[in-house]
Order: sequence, then C-alpha cells, then structure tokens
Amino acid sequence: MSTITDDVAAAARLVEWGLRPRQVPARDLEYADLVRRHGEDDAFADLVKAVAAGFNLLILDVDPRSGIVLAPREDSVFAVRIEEYAKRTALSSRGTDKVVHGIAHLAVAALAYPRPDDLANDSYVGYVTVDQVDGVVRDACRVLDERAAQAEENNDPLETAPELERAWRAYARRPAAAGTKDGRAASDTTRGMVAKAVRFLADQGFLVVRNDENGGAYRTTPRFQVQVRELAANAAFRELTGLGVVTVTDAAGSLHAVHTDTL
Amino acid sequence: MTRRMKALACTAPLHDLDTRKGLLEWVDADRYQMAEIALHLIDQVTIAMDFDRGADHELVVARTRPFVAAQAPERDSAEHDRVARWVLDNLINVGSQDRGFEVVYGSLGAGGAYERRTWTFKLLVELASSDGDVYLRSTDEAINVLVGALDTDVESAQEAAETKLEALIAGGRLSDAQAVAIEARLRTIQYADRLRRQLEATRRDVRSVDWAREVPDLIDEALTHVATRFRAETSILTNITTARDEADDPVHKRKAAELVDIVKECVRRHSQLQAHLQRAGATFRAEQDRQQFSGPPRRETVDLFGQLLMPTLALPVADAAKVTGAFFRAGTGVAVHGVPRLIDVVYLLLAPPIERDDLGEELPDPDLAAAADPDVFSVEQWDEADRLLTVDGMPRRLSALLAEARAADPALPHLIALRVLHAVDPGVSGAVRQGDERVLVAVDDGTELDDPEFGGSDLLVGLAALAPPSAAGGDDGSSTHEQDDEIEEVA
Repeated sequence: MSTITDDVAAAARLVEWGLRPRQVPARDLEYADLVRRHGEDDAFADLVKAVAAGFNLLILDVDPRSGIVLAPREDSVFAVRIEEYAKRTALSSRGTDKVVHGIAHLAVAALAYPRPDDLANDSYVGYVTVDQVDGVVRDACRVLDERAAQAEENNDPLETAPELERAWRAYARRPAAAGTKDGRAASDTTRGMVAKAVRFLADQGFLVVRNDENGGAYRTTPRFQVQVRELAANAAFRELTGLGVVTVTDAAGSLHAVHTDTL
Repeated sequence: MTRRMKALACTAPLHDLDTRKGLLEWVDADRYQMAEIALHLIDQVTIAMDFDRGADHELVVARTRPFVAAQAPERDSAEHDRVARWVLDNLINVGSQDRGFEVVYGSLGAGGAYERRTWTFKLLVELASSDGDVYLRSTDEAINVLVGALDTDVESAQEAAETKLEALIAGGRLSDAQAVAIEARLRTIQYADRLRRQLEATRRDVRSVDWAREVPDLIDEALTHVATRFRAETSILTNITTARDEADDPVHKRKAAELVDIVKECVRRHSQLQAHLQRAGATFRAEQDRQQFSGPPRRETVDLFGQLLMPTLALPVADAAKVTGAFFRAGTGVAVHGVPRLIDVVYLLLAPPIERDDLGEELPDPDLAAAADPDVFSVEQWDEADRLLTVDGMPRRLSALLAEARAADPALPHLIALRVLHAVDPGVSGAVRQGDERVLVAVDDGTELDDPEFGGSDLLVGLAALAPPSAAGGDDGSSTHEQDDEIEEVA
C-alpha cells in the first residue's frame, strides 16, 4: 500500500518527464508505467494535475504515444520567451524580427497541418521542409500584395510610424537567402529564421528530422498536434478576435476543389 | 508623381556608385564608370536567369570582367575582378540587413496633408536553390530600370517591341533592330519570371490560389501568349535569316547574325515556359484528387492557414506581434532554464582568467616508442643460433644441435627447433632471388628425435650451396628443379 508521500513523488515524477519533451513512454519503462497509472487511477490523475498546477503548468494530454504534454501558463518559469528566442538581433529591426520569427512558427504549424481536418485527425503526420515554409509565406505575401495593389492602397509605411508597416511587407522585404563569406546560409534571412524555428521545434520534441533536403525536412510528432490544436491555435485566434479580425472559412479549409473538366 | 518618384529612385544606387568610387582606397577608381559596370552586371544576371534558376555569382563576375577590363586595359586583372565584385556587392546591398535600398518620398494623403513614406526596393536578390546554393536574380525594379520602360504593362510592351522590330527589319535598319531585339528578350525573361512565380505558388500552395477560375485562366492565357510569341518570333527569325544570308555588307551580316541568336534564345525560353505550363496542368489535377478524397473535419479546429496565418500577415507589425507572440508562447512548449547557483557564480567570477595564447599550447614532440611486442629471443640468442646453424661440411642431427644449444642457454633450443622446422621447406626460389649463397636445409630421414622438450623426427640439418640461375643453366622454369636436386645431393 503506497503512502501519500509516495504518490506525490510519483505524480511529480510524471510531471518531470513532461519537462523532457523528447522522451516518450515507449522508450522508458518507468515513464510508461506512470502514464498507464494516470489512465487507470483517477486519484493519481488528480494528484498529477495538482502538482502541475503548482508549477504553473497546464496538462494538455497524457497519452501512451506522446506521453504527458505540458504547457506553461502565462508567467511560468518554464515558458519560452520570444525575446529570449529572438535575441542577438540588431536593435534597429528588433520589432520586425520578433514578428518574422513568430510568423515562421505559425507558418510551420500551418504547413504541417494544411487543413482543419489534419489538425483534428489524431493519426495525421505532417511533413514540412524549410523551403516549403518560406515559399508558402512568400506566396501568401504576394497574394496580399496583389490584393493591396488591386485595392489601390498605399502600403508603404509612414516614415514616422514604421510599426504600422504590414506584417507581410516586413516578411517580404527580408531577403530569402544570402551567402556569407564562409559559404553558409546567413541566419538573419527568412530561410535562416524558418530553419531556426524547425530546429527549435525539433529540440522541443515537436518535430523529427527526416533529412537535409530542401533546407531540412521534418515530420511532426503527436505532441505538436496536441500543442497546436489544444492551445496555440486558440490562443492566437483569441488574440486575433481581440483585434477585431475574424475570418470565416468553411470545413474544407481555405482550399478550393473544382470539377475535373476544367482542364 | 509617386510612380515617377519610385522610378527615379531605382536609378539612385547606380549614381551612388560613381559618387562613392572616389572613396575607395584600394583602387584609383576614376578610370572606371561604375554605373555602366552596374548596368552590365544587371544585364548579365538577367540574361543568365531562366525559368528555374538564377545566375551564379562567379559566372556573373567572370562575364563582367572583360567589360571592366576594357575600361582600364593597363590595370591588372585582379583589380578588374575586385571592381566587378565591389559593384555586385553594392547592387545586392550586402552591408544592410534586409539587403534593400530605402527611399523616402512624400505624397498628399487622404486629408490633403503631406505624408512622408518609406519605399524599399532591391535590384539584385539572392535566393537559395533546393540544394542550398545561393544564386542571383534581378528584380522587376532592376529590369525596369535597365530597359528604361518604367512601370509599363509587360505584355503590351512586348507586343510593341516586336512590331517595332519587324518594321525595322523590313526597313533594313539592323542596328536599331538589334536594340529592339535585346529589349524583347528582356521582356520575355520578365514575363517568364512572373509566370514562374505564379505557377510555383499554384503548385506549392493551393490554398492561396483560386482553383476554380484564376489558375485555369492563367494557364490558358499563358499558353495563348506563348503560342502567339512563337509565331511572331518564327516569322522574325525567317526574315532576319534571309537578311543575314542576303546581306553583302559584313557589318550588316554580323548584326543580322547576332539578331538571329537573340531571337533563337527567345524561342528557347518560350519552349521552356510552355513545358512548365503543360506540367502545371498535371499538378493541378493531382492536387484536386488529393483534396477531394479528404473528408470533413471530425472536430472543431482552427484553419491555421486561412484563419491565422493570412489575417496575421495582413496586420500591421505591432498588432501582428501580439498574435505571433501568443502563438509562440503557447506553441513552443516547456523549457527548463538553467538556473545558476550563486556560489558557483562567485567561484566563476573569482577564478583568474585563463590566459590565451594566440598560438595555443606548444605541441609536444611525439616520443615514438617501438611497438610493445617484445622479441621472444634476444639478439645474442639469434647470434648464437646463427653460429650453431652454420653447419659446415657434414649435416648434423637436430638432437645434437639441441643438446649443444641447451648447454649454452636454456631458451636457445626453442629458437633452434623453430629455425630447423622452417628449414624443412626453405624458400629456395626466394633465396635465389635475394642472391643468398647458401640456404639452411633440414631433411627427415626417419630417425626419431629423443629430446626432453621436443618430439618428432630427428632431422638432418645442413647448409646447401645455391648456384645462381645463370650457372644452373636453362630457363627459369627448370632452374628451380635443378637446384632442388643439388640440395638433395648436398643433404
């Protein structure tokens, strides 16, 4: 018969596994046992929840495939701050840098789960490459550019208010690639930033490297799907609604299928 | 006015080159016309651009070097090279982070007030191919500056250029015709570039493109365009070829020949474009199949691309930062930050700085020791064995040799036994090749060995003299045989 101290220790241990995102239950017996116990023992599950809450963490999912998926609450010590992530950039472009880094992350998720169905389907595995992500964002920028040109808007930012520049312009303005003296790709280009995003996500256990083709090819893990679906997408969506931007798309996503006799 | 201001601004980087050339310390740059070199470079990049790729830096520099050299033939080629590279770097605008040129211009806003705005443009851009190489392409702005037709409609400009070309050829004014042909080629490249971008978008990202109308329309339009251009260029080609063959004046002939080349290249580019257009149809159908087989979502989720990415991109930077910030915070999971222990930090700060020598530590001379496989027998033992085995005259019994060896050194009989065993099958031909005079031979005559340490046959051990092959006579094949006989004789 286990005592309450043992139970708390086990619950804390499970939370600790969650802080090692690259570990999965399939690779460790103890982890697998704890995940199983979480599924069977409701009292234990409550205890795990309480421990996580005490650390300012949110439990998104506990599942034998991805293990325990944690997310930091607003001011948790375990949160990754974009200021820290995007540091070492020139002071002059810090504002746009943050946005371009953020867009890179958003675009990786959007490419990994192109349709709403892909995000909802637990067995879906997404594939992304650095080239693809950069290319798709650039195309989106081009579409927005064409739209702006049609609406005859002047999108050049005011000299006095550079922060009013549209995000797509900030992205499109940044070079896609640039050679450095030693022949590597420069890191302050959009491709460099996307590459940084996927490397970071791979370190967080959200993506797995497949090969080096097209600037780096990755596949998604179930953990990434849970994180994007349960938390990130909604957080960003709430922020957008707060800004008064609501876009309604239908269930098929923003893809359009047409009859085969068109061509 | 805004358009004219922007067009004017595109030329600014070129003027700037000539203004700044005096500041260069490594060259007396007065001889070089930097703006001309820049135009030449943009020309080279534009011409090297095709449907899939752009121009290689080295190639562009190499092609520009003769032009630079022509401006200052007395300078050395390293300087020409450096000048070309300097101009190229400036056209890419290597020093700045976003590689763009900025210009501030003013316009009257909606309320009638004068507003200052920033416009950013580029002349040459670097792009990465799928295998990671960086290559150059010239932008629309650059092409527009170059061909001098600012902000005009691509298609109509091309039509106009070709009509003009035909008229010029008919009138026999080939020099003008060549200029128009070059312009037409640049138009063709520009058109191909626009189509390339749209097709790429179509192939890669079906979401941002209207598949019901826009794409089929685009492809139809482009195919019609290519077809008309084919007809036009073929007829021009026939005309100039005739002009070339019939021309008597060598200058005319050469000009006509150059024209033929240019128009031929246009035709080649159009075929390339057409091939891509035809493939796009297949991609289009494959995409359609892929989408029609997917079912509706089984639970409520956000459409990441349509509902998040696109609206975010359309926001001003300050607002977009809020959205991307929220996504980043929630989408990146947990991180365990390293927390320093105060006591460790104190020790770290108190520790004397490690002195670094530029040369690093001195490399120790490696002391190469002999392999740690000790010889079983010492040199003295080998010498002693050599002495014992120098059996002059009569062969000796192994048992006698062993006994004598044992008297000298208890370990020696082992060496003697091994050497005698080896002598049972001496490498006779090897010894002959080495030029040895004698070889140790052991022969088994059936006597049994009586020894405390070793068993087997009590071999007869003797030295056999070897005759050199020439002395033994005959060819190589038989000489070995004869030597064998000789050995047996001695044994």
